Amino acid sequence: MSENRENRTGPVGSGETADGEILLKVTGLQKHFPIRSGLLKRQTGAVRAVDGLDFEVRRGETLGVVGESGCGKSTMGRLITRLLEPTGGTVEFEGKDITHLGVGGMRPLRRDVQMIFQDPYSSLNPRHTIGTIVGAPFKLQGVTPEGGVKKEVQRLLEVVGLNPEHYNRYPHEFSGGQRQRIGIARALALKPKLVVADEPVSALDVSIQAQVVNLLDDLQQELGLTYVIIAHDLSVVRHVSDRIAVMYLGKIVELADRNSLYRSPMHPYTKALMSAVPIPDPSRKSAKSERILLQGDVPSPIAPPSGCRFHTRCWKATEVCRTTEPPLLELRPGQRVACHHPENFEDQAPQDTVLLSGAKEAAELVPDAVLEESTSAAVVAERESGTEPGQDEGPDADPDEGSEGSAGGSEGSGEGSGEAVTKE
Amino acid sequence: MLAYLIRRLIAAAVMLVVIIVVVFGIFFLIPKWAGIDPAANFVGKQADPAAIEAVRQKLGLAEPIHSQVWEFFKGIFAGRTYVGGGDVTNCAAPCFGYSFRTEQEIFPVLMDRFPVTLALALGAALLWLLLGVSAGVLSALKRGSIWDRGAMVIALGGVSLPIYFTGMVAAAIFIYGLGWIDGQFVPLEESFTGWLGGLILPWITLAFLYAAMYARITRATMLEVLGEDYIRTARAKGLAEKTVIGKHAMRSAMTPVLTMLGMDIGALIGGAILTETTFNLPGLGQAVLQAIRTQDLPVILGVVLITSIAVIVANLVVDVLYSAIDPRVRLA
Amino acid sequence: MTDISKNAGSTNAPGTAVGEPVLGRPAGGGEAFLDVRDLKVHFPTDDGLVKSVDGLSFQLERGKTLGIVGESGSGKSVTSLGIMGLHTAGQYGKRKARISGEIWLNGTELLSADPDHVRKLRGRDMAMIFQDPLSALHPYYTIGQQIVEAYRIHHDVDKKTAKRRAVEMLDRVGIPQPDKRVDSYPHEFSGGMRQRAMIAMSLVNNPELLIADEPTTALDVTVQAQILDLIRDLQKEFGSAVIVITHDLGVVAELADDILVMYGGRCVERGPAEKVFYEPRHPYTWGLLGSMPRLDREQQERLVPVKGSPPSLINLPSGCAFNPRCPYADIPKDDVTRTVRPELTEVGSRHWAACHMSQEQRERIWTEEIAPKL
Repeated sequence: MSENRENRTGPVGSGETADGEILLKVTGLQKHFPIRSGLLKRQTGAVRAVDGLDFEVRRGETLGVVGESGCGKSTMGRLITRLLEPTGGTVEFEGKDITHLGVGGMRPLRRDVQMIFQDPYSSLNPRHTIGTIVGAPFKLQGVTPEGGVKKEVQRLLEVVGLNPEHYNRYPHEFSGGQRQRIGIARALALKPKLVVADEPVSALDVSIQAQVVNLLDDLQQELGLTYVIIAHDLSVVRHVSDRIAVMYLGKIVELADRNSLYRSPMHPYTKALMSAVPIPDPSRKSAKSERILLQGDVPSPIAPPSGCRFHTRCWKATEVCRTTEPPLLELRPGQRVACHHPENFEDQAPQDTVLLSGAKEAAELVPDAVLEESTSAAVVAERESGTEPGQDEGPDADPDEGSEGSAGGSEGSGEGSGEAVTKE
Repeated sequence: MLAYLIRRLIAAAVMLVVIIVVVFGIFFLIPKWAGIDPAANFVGKQADPAAIEAVRQKLGLAEPIHSQVWEFFKGIFAGRTYVGGGDVTNCAAPCFGYSFRTEQEIFPVLMDRFPVTLALALGAALLWLLLGVSAGVLSALKRGSIWDRGAMVIALGGVSLPIYFTGMVAAAIFIYGLGWIDGQFVPLEESFTGWLGGLILPWITLAFLYAAMYARITRATMLEVLGEDYIRTARAKGLAEKTVIGKHAMRSAMTPVLTMLGMDIGALIGGAILTETTFNLPGLGQAVLQAIRTQDLPVILGVVLITSIAVIVANLVVDVLYSAIDPRVRLA
Repeated sequence: MTDISKNAGSTNAPGTAVGEPVLGRPAGGGEAFLDVRDLKVHFPTDDGLVKSVDGLSFQLERGKTLGIVGESGSGKSVTSLGIMGLHTAGQYGKRKARISGEIWLNGTELLSADPDHVRKLRGRDMAMIFQDPLSALHPYYTIGQQIVEAYRIHHDVDKKTAKRRAVEMLDRVGIPQPDKRVDSYPHEFSGGMRQRAMIAMSLVNNPELLIADEPTTALDVTVQAQILDLIRDLQKEFGSAVIVITHDLGVVAELADDILVMYGGRCVERGPAEKVFYEPRHPYTWGLLGSMPRLDREQQERLVPVKGSPPSLINLPSGCAFNPRCPYADIPKDDVTRTVRPELTEVGSRHWAACHMSQEQRERIWTEEIAPKL
């Protein structure tokens, strides 16, 4: 969404990605919500909602964060705005560590970091006029804008495309899209440096979504805002973002600039996620073979799979995926991926030539075209070895498979147990 | 499920201990504040100091409070022996002590009265459930109709009119006016019809008040449930309306009613003082009223404990029923 | 079938239209398995009459899928409830909804039929899947109990047989270990599994018409892909006619043979999916297409949203309901867009749109102004 995005075609070189000064830097960010159960309600586990995130946001850019429900993207948003207290890791804003700042310490920061919420209906107090709502940040921060609060609020209303005359109206008198504009006006009141928007358009009708997306775009250009936009809708995220982080079970699996991500995704999950989006083109109906169907649902964040968290649903998973967590590495300039067997890139663990049995089942739902392109040694070996499934499993692979099955990692039981505990 | 039950049971037991201690403590302190000497109270008017001192010794009133609490507590579970004044008195296991007035053991006396109150509470509950829930459901189904408005006006009347008023009116009509019943309480062992005759008016009077409240809450929850998506699903399956209402909607609408029922029955078992007085029923309520008039502290203490136990037990029963109705509770 | 506008608002009285060949309702078990004519569903409220559906007509054949697209308040959900006879459900004591028109399902007119007869068709001949499977399933009954109930309403079998059938259906919709999961409660299922269970329940009686109201809106994108795949497979297998109601053009493109675009309780455009996507002839359809960012195209510079907000159904704009939001409202002469309500006119083979602009004008605007920006 920044002005220079037209220049960013093709894989982005490191020179280009380093263009902005770092506004927000997140290192090893974690948030675990304790689960208490049993007779004495002792803590018996934790929902590892966010489990070690590293990324930075540069001034003036838009970072999009996508993922399915339960991947921790909303928790991440609340952590970087410090609405939640992180369990571990650090959050730095303009070079200052704000991870454990108290209410008083956060006060000046509350001006610089603002949040826009999903639900324009419940995030506005129905008993206050929109003048009061949009003007509230001034009161809270004890700031008097030039020309008075009322004048400034009316200016803000105009900026977001509302009639300034409606200063004295109540939220229920506005439509959903207009309410989201009110939320945006409130967020902009104190001229923030960073705006974190959690699903800003998903509660809105299609035609209204586009209005709000365009508004966010205009505001960024006019006010030089930096955005972190969290959304589940990949098409919206692609439209608004300069760089995109894909999250799965509390981790970033891929972080890349928009075009690299959409043109040549490297993480299999990214690829599957993108192929799952229904395309508004009826001619594709017959060509549905492009779609990668993932089995089952996302496993529970209470007991995430070992190693690579995606290995239980991945069609390329090998032994190393089950045992070793892949680090988030910058494999191509501007494209960081956490995968042992990335797509569109050379295999990072070519010594592993045996697919997990779950991966073989998963591969049945993957179009041949995708498998053919694969650089993974194991997939290649599997394709070359023909169709007999038991044959190419090494002699030592069987016990491993068994233990994996009992740990709830293999396809059938993994799906079942994941089902039982996954909660929205 | 089992862990849930055990946790609830432990919580109930802890609650009970706390209640015993706190209630005893309060009853120990009240005489001090009020300047009453329990021992003198026990001996009665014109007592000589020696007799009072003997009683004080025997009842252990001179002991510090913690040992008194402990003795009382022990008495409830293990029985208690009073020694003093030259004689020994044994008070068997659930020992609540002795009445200051009648010098009788409290627990057996209260247990004599308990069935009356229990019959009153359960009979009335049955009646108000039938009346209240059906009126509430009908009101919900015919929202805005004359029936609904009428029922809700009557319900408002039921909630606002005090028991002694409705009770008196009912007694005036059925006992003195029409003479259908004689209004005297007869124990169940003596005559079933007499027992019924003695309880029917208190039941109706009490049920009228509660039915009104239950009708209002049933109507409200029923309306909410009828708007749920799963009710629409039930209809989309082709279920007949009576099954949709009677099975799918009722099961959901009954959960808050059940919660209320548990608490209400529990509270009533401690004695429906107004109803029992109005109809001269020899239940716990009357006993406590007399005890209050005569400052018979051990009796009041006993009734308070029975009430607390009844409320706790009723709540426990409700919790178990609740988890049987709503499978989501079991995980909690 | 050639002149759909003629049928709108003309013949309401049940019976008079039967056998009029002009309307194209084939006698007995012909191709138009579902034939909705001039359907109106109005809800009286204190603020006025809410005309949720105001004169809607369409046909649907067996084995085909109709996608109804529109924004919130366009009347798409009320249409489906009207067909199912559920539009008044839950309306206790409120002023009753008014429904008129004709709904022919397999030769039976539902609005004039005995309500008890229609009830017996519900769940057996026509079934429905709802948006949020968690709230649409009863929280106190197991998945199995709910499917068994759905089956036994319409089949005189014992519980054991019905439960076997339930397990079979759960297996068919891809629920692992169906013999165990049949005894689970809805809250023990994930969102995707619940929707599968809901589908199993709706298909347990092999309905000939399946209505899916936003079946994937509450689901994650990878789960959505699974469910869309499942619906498509099941339709092939069961040969049902399917109505998919959604706001997501991607979902209709995946599933629908025909598309009906609704705005303000009326149909503004209807036709084969390819026509509606590649040669749309209504400015609102253009607006919808321009509003959505697309993954299958190169990055659009800017979205082309529809200005303004959806209209109030109590006080629809006069003339064309879309006129206050239409950038081309001034093209037709004499202010006709603001005074005369446009009827559906044929703009191509089996393709209708309701717009005052001439065909040529619309063709030119689409090819020169709109299509290049998408």
